[in-house]
Amino acid sequence: MSEKFDVIVVGAGPAGTSCAFNCAKNGLKTLLIERGEYPGSKNVMGGVLYRKQMEDIIPEFWKEAPLERPVVEQRFWMMDKESVVQFGYKGLEWAEEPYNNFTVLRAQFDQWFAKKAVDQGALLINETVVTECIVENGKVVGVRTDRPDGEVFADVVVLADGVNSLLSKQLGFHREFRPDEVALTVMEVINLPKEKINDRFNLEGNHGTTIEIFGDSTQGNLGTAFLYTNKESLNIGVGTTLSSMIKAKLKPYELLDYLKKHPMVRPYLEGGESAEYLAHLIPEGGFHSVPRVAGNGVLVVGDAAQLVNAIHREGSNMAMASGQMAAEAIVEAQKDGDFSERSLNRYKEALFGSFIIKDLEKYKDAAHTFETYPQYFKEYLPMMNKAMSKFFTVDGTSKREKQKEIMRSVTAEKGSFKVMQDIYRAWKAVK
Amino acid sequence: MHIVVCVKQVPDTKIIKINPKTNTLDRRSAPAILNPYDAHAVQEAVKIREKTGGTISVLSMGPPQAVAVIKKSVEIGADQGYLISDRAFAGADTLATSYALAKALEKISRQQPIDLVLCGKHAIDGDTGQVGPGIARRLDIPPITNVIEVSEVNKEDKKVLLKRKQIDGYEVLQSQLPCLLTVEKEINAIEYAPMPNMIKAARYEPVIWSVNDLADVDKTQLGLKGSPTIVGKMFSPPKLEGGKRLEGNPDSQVEQLMEILLERKDLLKVNTANS
Repeated sequence: MSEKFDVIVVGAGPAGTSCAFNCAKNGLKTLLIERGEYPGSKNVMGGVLYRKQMEDIIPEFWKEAPLERPVVEQRFWMMDKESVVQFGYKGLEWAEEPYNNFTVLRAQFDQWFAKKAVDQGALLINETVVTECIVENGKVVGVRTDRPDGEVFADVVVLADGVNSLLSKQLGFHREFRPDEVALTVMEVINLPKEKINDRFNLEGNHGTTIEIFGDSTQGNLGTAFLYTNKESLNIGVGTTLSSMIKAKLKPYELLDYLKKHPMVRPYLEGGESAEYLAHLIPEGGFHSVPRVAGNGVLVVGDAAQLVNAIHREGSNMAMASGQMAAEAIVEAQKDGDFSERSLNRYKEALFGSFIIKDLEKYKDAAHTFETYPQYFKEYLPMMNKAMSKFFTVDGTSKREKQKEIMRSVTAEKGSFKVMQDIYRAWKAVK
Repeated sequence: MHIVVCVKQVPDTKIIKINPKTNTLDRRSAPAILNPYDAHAVQEAVKIREKTGGTISVLSMGPPQAVAVIKKSVEIGADQGYLISDRAFAGADTLATSYALAKALEKISRQQPIDLVLCGKHAIDGDTGQVGPGIARRLDIPPITNVIEVSEVNKEDKKVLLKRKQIDGYEVLQSQLPCLLTVEKEINAIEYAPMPNMIKAARYEPVIWSVNDLADVDKTQLGLKGSPTIVGKMFSPPKLEGGKRLEGNPDSQVEQLMEILLERKDLLKVNTANS
């Protein structure tokens, strides 16, 4: 007879590791199964780790975790072909404890985090693919792996198997996701000496900057690009919804190439050496795409539950928080000895009562709005660039006259009713 | 049947970089792995145990993080593992390493007599292939290198039938047990480890011995002190450019080469410009 655990967690990303950590910490016999060579070997994100949800799991983690730089500046770029409108915030309070967020390299960070779960008593097994859940009498009782004698049993199986979550799909928790519910993101890690990074981004010591780039970075398609500073490298990447990519016949690597050669971006990368190339799907369907997250003997967390807030580029923090909520629900269920859906729905209640589902609900129509009405990225961003150029060019025209001209050119192109309609629609989508 | 496999943790040399300034291996640039030849040695031990029954122990020397290769060996199928880890062992060359490992093997054999010692052909970071034979000499058992097949193991008669790789073909030979074999990669294919092994390995904590746990150790023969080898210089060979690659069997390659040399006598001139 194969061994039986209290909990089996499938996938050692932020969600799975957080769940395994908290289960093991509460004395549950926990098995964490990862398909990669090591945790982090297959995981990708732009690179921002939020302090709050990590700290809830491991207080003062910044004293020992492999972090790149604390982010002291967040910039937003509205980019056109040869211009950019910028705004942002830089504050040195973010350079001190308790910090706001950090840049990280996932291959290192995830390994460290998984090690922490192992220190709590979780068993970690790498290079093993879970092929399906074992279901008996309508209840998940374990998993089947691709290894010989590969069956392992548990009271609860936690699916943290990422964006496609084939395992929860097999259970009928969700259908195949549509191309407009996922974004394809490609990124590169570019090595650059620390002094060059600090000079180019106007940084001191280990301080870091993040830049989110909208507009021409995706050639006007729904999506964003990013440029983040690590200790001695930069993360640069770009993603759009799969549906935009299909519609505009974009190839992801061409998009990244275009971005790297863009005159507004190029000078930052000059002389850098490409170290890594990564690509991944991101669940961006938001609130409407969240699948069933609890069943008899099974819970779904992190990307597998489509918990990503694309507007605020939050994902790993939601993953960690959801993993922790799942662990808390399992601990309670264990006390009752009841692992039915009704009992495990404690997790769903916690999730829906938290910032995670509240935030996803706030933006539930945003992606759809911006995808259906491409004028925001395709027309208004270039208009904004032209307006700024006009306003700040000194040519003897009075400022008041310039303002009138700008307003005239915007409304002349679209008609004032249409502009008002567009503004109202955008406001409604993100209010 | 008690088989002991000696394993080493090495940097993955497919990935590792050499620091061009200091000419030393940048060990941070590559993950540490179980030496691939040693993995085949562990796998061969598993195959032998399937026929003869018994116990497989693995032995390694290295820093505390080298427990990873013992756990990896347990994944493949080893029953137990020992790590000798001590500052006194640091900086050892092949002579000092084989001395330390032989001392540990003596201790293991006092607990359970050893019938067979297996090693990889060589470690991929040093490529010397000296530690295996060094251990055999110290334990006074026959070393048999470049083994590509263990055809038969006879516990009762204490004999083993083997195939050894030669440049052209192979050699069949029989040896007494105990003996020490160093194995080639072609001896077997590493099997996808079963799930119970993975769980056992994840949980397994090897026995760790310091120098004081070993008996009758002459400390002058350990570590840097016991190592007469001096590494003069390390460098990455410059990439060869141009030229022509001769294909075919050795005879036809020699013919082709002779033709070229006879045609281009200038190639035979001694280049004095650099000397």
